[in-house]
Amino acid sequence: MTNKVNRFKSILLFFIFLFTALSVSAYENIENDGKASADSTQEPKKEGFNAGKLVMNHIADSHEWHIFGSEENPVSIPLPIIIYNKVNGWSLFLSSNFEHGKAAYKGYTYVEGKIHSEDGSGFYDFSITKNVLSLLISLTIILLVFITVAKAYDRNKNKAPKGWLGAVELIIIFVRDDIAKAAIGEKHYARFMPFLLTIFFFIWVNNLLGLIPIFPGGANVTGNIAVPIVLAVFTLVITLASSNKNYWRHIFAMPGVPIFVLPIISLLEFVGIFLKPFVLIVRLFANILAGHIVLLVFFCLIFVAGQASTGAGLGASVPAVAFTIFINCLELLVGFLQAFVFTFLSAIYFGMAIAEPEHH
Amino acid sequence: MELVTPDIGLLVWMLLSFTIVLFILKKFAWKPILNMLNEREKFITDSLESAERAKKEMKALQSDNERILTEARAERDLLLKDAREIREKMISEAKGLANKEGERLLKTARENIQNEKMAAITELKNQVAVLSIEIAEKILKAELSSDEKQKSLVKNLLQDVNLN
Repeated sequence: MTNKVNRFKSILLFFIFLFTALSVSAYENIENDGKASADSTQEPKKEGFNAGKLVMNHIADSHEWHIFGSEENPVSIPLPIIIYNKVNGWSLFLSSNFEHGKAAYKGYTYVEGKIHSEDGSGFYDFSITKNVLSLLISLTIILLVFITVAKAYDRNKNKAPKGWLGAVELIIIFVRDDIAKAAIGEKHYARFMPFLLTIFFFIWVNNLLGLIPIFPGGANVTGNIAVPIVLAVFTLVITLASSNKNYWRHIFAMPGVPIFVLPIISLLEFVGIFLKPFVLIVRLFANILAGHIVLLVFFCLIFVAGQASTGAGLGASVPAVAFTIFINCLELLVGFLQAFVFTFLSAIYFGMAIAEPEHH
Repeated sequence: MELVTPDIGLLVWMLLSFTIVLFILKKFAWKPILNMLNEREKFITDSLESAERAKKEMKALQSDNERILTEARAERDLLLKDAREIREKMISEAKGLANKEGERLLKTARENIQNEKMAAITELKNQVAVLSIEIAEKILKAELSSDEKQKSLVKNLLQDVNLN
């Protein structure tokens, strides 16, 4: 059992390092690209293809759901804009009023996916953006799927599930046995199950939706920092709420540690409380973001080469598409893996919070 | 830097919608699903256990049956053997009795025959004696019917005597 867990942990660590390294390097590249694009916009270069800008537009949140077409005249789904301004109060209108950034409306302008007020006054933007809509779609899917599953279970009590319900059950049992029971233990796992199942399926469904290139997929929900932040805050709050005396003793009075080292250890452990969810945030965010970026960059290669000549573009398209397919398959794995890692680490933190003191 | 700055809008929507969905799922999906799973697992374990128990009982029953069957078979064999023995004994007894009776009958028959035979022989002897006398009488009568015959006889007799 311990052997299995150890092997499992080492595999896990390997993947975590691998994807963190991958995502960090990818992110750096994009930052450089972004800077390069910012430089190139200052010295106007007409009709040039800007890969960095395209990638950033795709991974960033937006107030309209772009489907196809040029930047100036795209075919896109307009989304509702909800703004609270301390002076003007609430305003609610459709983003189509901005005419893709060409027009100002109610004292607001729309530039590069962001809303700015014309007079420079402060406001809060609670709009249903692309990410919010995608989030709502994914949550609706999750609700529909699992309430259907629950109803199906109610109908055939004590019978084997049929069809796709079997697949869903397989994953639910995987979360229960290989995540919750393995990390928290037989005694206390049950009360953390609803949260663990919810974050697992939430992250997974959103990761998969993000890989679908057209509406209602393609948004970068789990790769947007706000979403992992909320999830990790949930993990932190639940960890702290369910923590017992033993947990705090291990932080502020680690047994078996000499008194003069204790302040340092305690400080580190205290920082660790917040560092753990922070790492969760960064891992999920960076991995999914990096996945989207890498996919888009491979596609952009075609057009970057195409700028040199049409032949080069056609030639580049073959390896580029092959690479994109490969990365897409990898992202399918990463999508599951990140859902699993986030859930598993959350479960481990819960397990630490409720651990009973060991008797040596 | 823009990428790592969370938007307040998405943050609020995420917090709100995720919390609501978490509670709805907890109440209407996870609880029934997990309960049902546990219940089914329990049901399966119980069923397996009872099946195992039934199998054991069946086995015990079967061995009991077999024991009874072998006992019955042994008893039957014993009965058959006894019967056979009795039969053989009866037959041999009957045979002995019959033999004895036969012998007795034979013996009496033989004795009777002997007696009858003796009687017959005595009778015959008497008859023969009477007949012999009668015949001798008749022959004598015939032989000595005339004087010449009487003389020749005497002569013959005398010739036989001769002088030896």
